[in-house]
Amino acid sequence: MISADTDIKPFDVTAIRKEFPVLQRKVKGKNLVYFDNAATAQKPQVVIDALVSYYQQFNANIHRGIHSLAEEATAAFEATRDTVKDFINAKYREEIIFTHGVTESINLVAATWGRQNIKEGDEIIISGMEHHSNIVPWQMLCQEKKAKLKIIPVDNNGELIMDEYEKLITLKTKIISIVHASNSLGTINPVKEIIEIAHQHNIIVLVDGAQSAVHLDIDVQNMDCDFFVLSSHKIYGPTGVGVLYGKKELLEEMPPYMGGGEMIKEVTFDGTTYNDLPYKFEAGTPNIADTVAFKAALDFVNEVGKDNIRKYEVALTKYAMNKLSQIEGVRLVGAAKHKTSVVSFIVDGVHPQDMGILLDNYGIAVRTGHHCCQPLMNRFEIPGTVRASFAMYNTKEEVDELVKGVEKAVKMLR
Amino acid sequence: MEAVQTIQETEEEITDEFSLFDNWEDKYEYIIDLGKKLKPLSAEYKIDINKIKGCQSQVWLTANEDDGRIYFKADSDAVIVKGLVSMLIRVLSGHTPQEIIDTKLDFVNKIGMTNHLAQTRSNGLLSMVKQMKNYALAYKIKQQS
Repeated sequence: MISADTDIKPFDVTAIRKEFPVLQRKVKGKNLVYFDNAATAQKPQVVIDALVSYYQQFNANIHRGIHSLAEEATAAFEATRDTVKDFINAKYREEIIFTHGVTESINLVAATWGRQNIKEGDEIIISGMEHHSNIVPWQMLCQEKKAKLKIIPVDNNGELIMDEYEKLITLKTKIISIVHASNSLGTINPVKEIIEIAHQHNIIVLVDGAQSAVHLDIDVQNMDCDFFVLSSHKIYGPTGVGVLYGKKELLEEMPPYMGGGEMIKEVTFDGTTYNDLPYKFEAGTPNIADTVAFKAALDFVNEVGKDNIRKYEVALTKYAMNKLSQIEGVRLVGAAKHKTSVVSFIVDGVHPQDMGILLDNYGIAVRTGHHCCQPLMNRFEIPGTVRASFAMYNTKEEVDELVKGVEKAVKMLR
Repeated sequence: MEAVQTIQETEEEITDEFSLFDNWEDKYEYIIDLGKKLKPLSAEYKIDINKIKGCQSQVWLTANEDDGRIYFKADSDAVIVKGLVSMLIRVLSGHTPQEIIDTKLDFVNKIGMTNHLAQTRSNGLLSMVKQMKNYALAYKIKQQS
């Protein structure tokens, strides 16, 4: 039994829960059990306060106004950039580009670096466990440039087959875009090793940190990735804010993504010169309020301590995997050695959607379906899974509720 | 045409049946049971052209016309959806195109299942209702021509 592990209390979860107002609410008359954290995490009061206070006290458009409000808003916006820089240990603050989220960050790279560097016959490598947002932008690029998309296969445990990865690399390979942690299985990929091999062949690597940034310590310099992308809303921050980190020399070479205000130096009808990094990639008025509040989320995570959160989540995940696998007919999908706090499972003879509908009636929010990873689901020959993903505020008692709910649902559905 | 129970009468019948349940579990058990009892579509009909794609579950729907009335057959890979599908067939099948076009399916709301027809469910059920009405419209146009 692994349950003893959950008695390790790296922090006071009762106190943590009080910071998240939504956890107090009822769903269908029952206490909400929120296990859909890999889709989006709930927001602590400090983040909500930061949003409200931005609009109450210093709403202004940033960077160009010379009045006090504009200066304060600009300072708050740019403070988030510094916090993000430290959060992922980037070398320079101008390597941090704000976007709307991971999807936009990846599209930006595909549309700028990709269009500039990918030529007919070139090859792009992704893996068999990518989210659709790390598949489709590359497919679109390949279609446009007549390039080829190659896939690192996944084994039965839900891990990448690294030998096959090396075999995929040819002289035509230009970029590898790889997920750090799988959203549907939780698998943590050996990105450092992947990058090292790629760099031996002068291949650029983009790491999709949508799922990893909230759980793992991110050090882009140590990892040596060329691009790293993340989304605020999965790190307890507001929706609509994402980050593209890129090595400065790469970003400088890349053409702009969108044209408009902020990204320019000088505009005449004969032509335009572009602004310096990071503004070259931040056309138009950005999502100022949410970006400002994102800092509060990162500060909150830093304060609780990523290491503490991780220890707790790992113990909770082990406990859930152990308990769920004891239910007759339950099969866990994804048994990678290194995992984030994601438990994906299917039940013999039960459609994941039916399970999700019944669990919702018990007040339990899980994700069901293909998790935007249809190719991966096809690999396992299943229509989808039921996914429970844990955050710092989840408890052992909530896992027990899930186990009870699954048992009851199975009885009803069989 | 012989007299058949109207759409409204069937809707009222279902609403009455559901009024007997005093908790959600009984209600869902009943729907699951309906789903299990719905005769599966034979493989020849479970083809792409009959498939209504949802994000999570699939629905297959066929329709044929006989003596001015439309008869539906359907199936799904998820049993709760299949139960709901079974009720929609019970309500709509065997009626004239105009009757099917005109119905608002109020019973879905009365039995507390509206959320299953909501956009977020992405289960193909909403698309199935649209497709049933499309069939009705197509047969109506055919009848007029």
